[in-house]
Amino acid sequence: MIRASPRHALVLGGATLLFLVALLAGTLVGPAGLTPGGVLLELVGRLPFVHVESGFSPRQQVILWEIRIPRVVLGGIVGAMLALAGATYQGVFRNPLADPYLLGVSSGAGLGATLAIVVGGVMGSALVPPAAFVGGMIAVMATYALGRSVGGGRTEVVIILAGVAVAAFASAIQTFFMQRNDETLRQVYSWMLGRLTTSGWSEVRTVLPYVIVSVAVIALFRRTLDVMAVGDVEASTLGIAPARVRLVLISVATLGTAAVVSVSGLIGFVGIVIPHAVRMVIGPGHRLLLPLSLLVGASFLILADIVARTAMSPAELPIGVVTAAIGAPFFLFVLRRSRGLI
Amino acid sequence: MHRPRVRTMPGSRSLLVAGLAAVALVASACSGTSDQGADRADGTDVAASGEPRAIISLSPTTTEMLYAVGAGDRVIAVDERSDFPEDAPVTDLSGYTPNLEAILGYQPDLVVATDDTGDIVSGLERSGVEVLLLPAAQTLDDTYTQLEQVGAATGTIGEAAELVSRMRAEIDEIVASVPERETPLTYFHELDDTFYTVTDDTYIGEVYSLLGMTSIATGDDTYPQLSEELILEADPDLVMLADGQCCGITPEVVAERPGWGELSAVRQDRVFVVDEDLASRWGPRVVDFMREVAGIVSTLPVNDPQPEREPAS
Repeated sequence: MIRASPRHALVLGGATLLFLVALLAGTLVGPAGLTPGGVLLELVGRLPFVHVESGFSPRQQVILWEIRIPRVVLGGIVGAMLALAGATYQGVFRNPLADPYLLGVSSGAGLGATLAIVVGGVMGSALVPPAAFVGGMIAVMATYALGRSVGGGRTEVVIILAGVAVAAFASAIQTFFMQRNDETLRQVYSWMLGRLTTSGWSEVRTVLPYVIVSVAVIALFRRTLDVMAVGDVEASTLGIAPARVRLVLISVATLGTAAVVSVSGLIGFVGIVIPHAVRMVIGPGHRLLLPLSLLVGASFLILADIVARTAMSPAELPIGVVTAAIGAPFFLFVLRRSRGLI
Repeated sequence: MHRPRVRTMPGSRSLLVAGLAAVALVASACSGTSDQGADRADGTDVAASGEPRAIISLSPTTTEMLYAVGAGDRVIAVDERSDFPEDAPVTDLSGYTPNLEAILGYQPDLVVATDDTGDIVSGLERSGVEVLLLPAAQTLDDTYTQLEQVGAATGTIGEAAELVSRMRAEIDEIVASVPERETPLTYFHELDDTFYTVTDDTYIGEVYSLLGMTSIATGDDTYPQLSEELILEADPDLVMLADGQCCGITPEVVAERPGWGELSAVRQDRVFVVDEDLASRWGPRVVDFMREVAGIVSTLPVNDPQPEREPAS
């Protein structure tokens, strides 16, 4: 077990600071010409017992409080959940390459969401999160079962290949349904690119309960994950039932992933890059890895969304494009540095 | 019905169009060769008569063009999305993922399509079928040219020329009927509920421009996805919803979006659902779309081109 040291306190403090900076930057910067000074005054004005005038018109206030801030908040939640789920999967599968994408969770959730939109029509949007969860859950279970049956003693490696196969299969079925229902094609297509464009407080309210449950359960198991990293036999001798723990953790990580993916679409690389970056700094212990992944993941997506909103202004860039552009080269860099792990 | 293709970047788009135009040229040049009819499996010599007798259309726009120039009675099959005119022989042929064998199964002698998806053009030509490729029009003039091309390919040149001059006259009339304004009305044309829209440099943008309107979207990307905060800041005079059919968007839905209730267009009931098909099929029925929009614009007072703005603070 890892003991809290000054160094760890420093890292945790640094991550918190990064998160606060990202939050502030996300709130201050945007395509609408709101002056950062005015935004600051608006923020300060919301504090109790403070009375300052920002000089913003009602419309500018609406842009700030109803459009920009909920988008920053949702971006933070999505990034935090994807990074935390990635860290959890990596611990559970003892594979540093595991992430919601590579395990097929995102594709399975995508298939579930597509079916909900196709079957439910325009009214299907309420069905999207549960359908995404069921799809993601089936996909990750299929990946796990496939990896075990094919992999023999090398499950940890083979599971990624199984995930790629399951993801390809889910995408194929999804494409089939999209082609049969071209009325919904546009909606699904836009969702697959990943976007925070239409996010508001209602999306925040939709995902928050799932994410809170997911984060809380994963936090409860942070020590167990360290034990399981050693091996199933060792974990069993310490009174842990690896199979049951694995099922619980996969379920809650998938639940959280499916919930955020249902509103944000497919946003790649967060789940794999962030835990790796964190591990490079503080090592593999989950007691620090999990909260740091959460904070850094949230910061990363908020900052990536700033790029998505402003780089091509007045047009938007799909945020999945931004995370891939930053994430893919970093991923290769990490692969080089951590060859020993794989 | 919009296809994702409208999102292609301008560069690749014009390249594609240029390529398709080249293919179309080659296709029409080939159709003149004498051995073409002789190769046909059923032995009928189409080239001799000069007029195709069995036509297949693979897109809603080309279907509407064929019927508009009076070649409809020789159209034997249209793709699954062609729903106008109502008596068009709709089949399960797909223009989106065309299947060469399924198309050949109808034994056509002319296939009209908008793009060479799935590389069907070379397959059709190898089978001796004439192909007319009409890529999505970029301007009204493109539509006129394409109608004349359809006329030439189907032996209805006279009807096509008549239709084009009728369209020109009607459009002039519609444009003249719209009151002149000192400042153009600004609009947000919503393509879907993730805020994809058009700039003035698009086909639809040209139509709106003719009616004295200008898009709030600008830039190199002619079909951009706008930031929600940018739409609210631009505060368009009109919101035109071309996503009623695809996404169930209505003026009520727009008014309920967070922050949108503040928009002048919402407060002054200037949010309108437009026919999504008319707005995305750049063929003969563009006249109907213009009439629809002109009707909306004409109801707005001329003396107040900029609806009352809120005070700056």
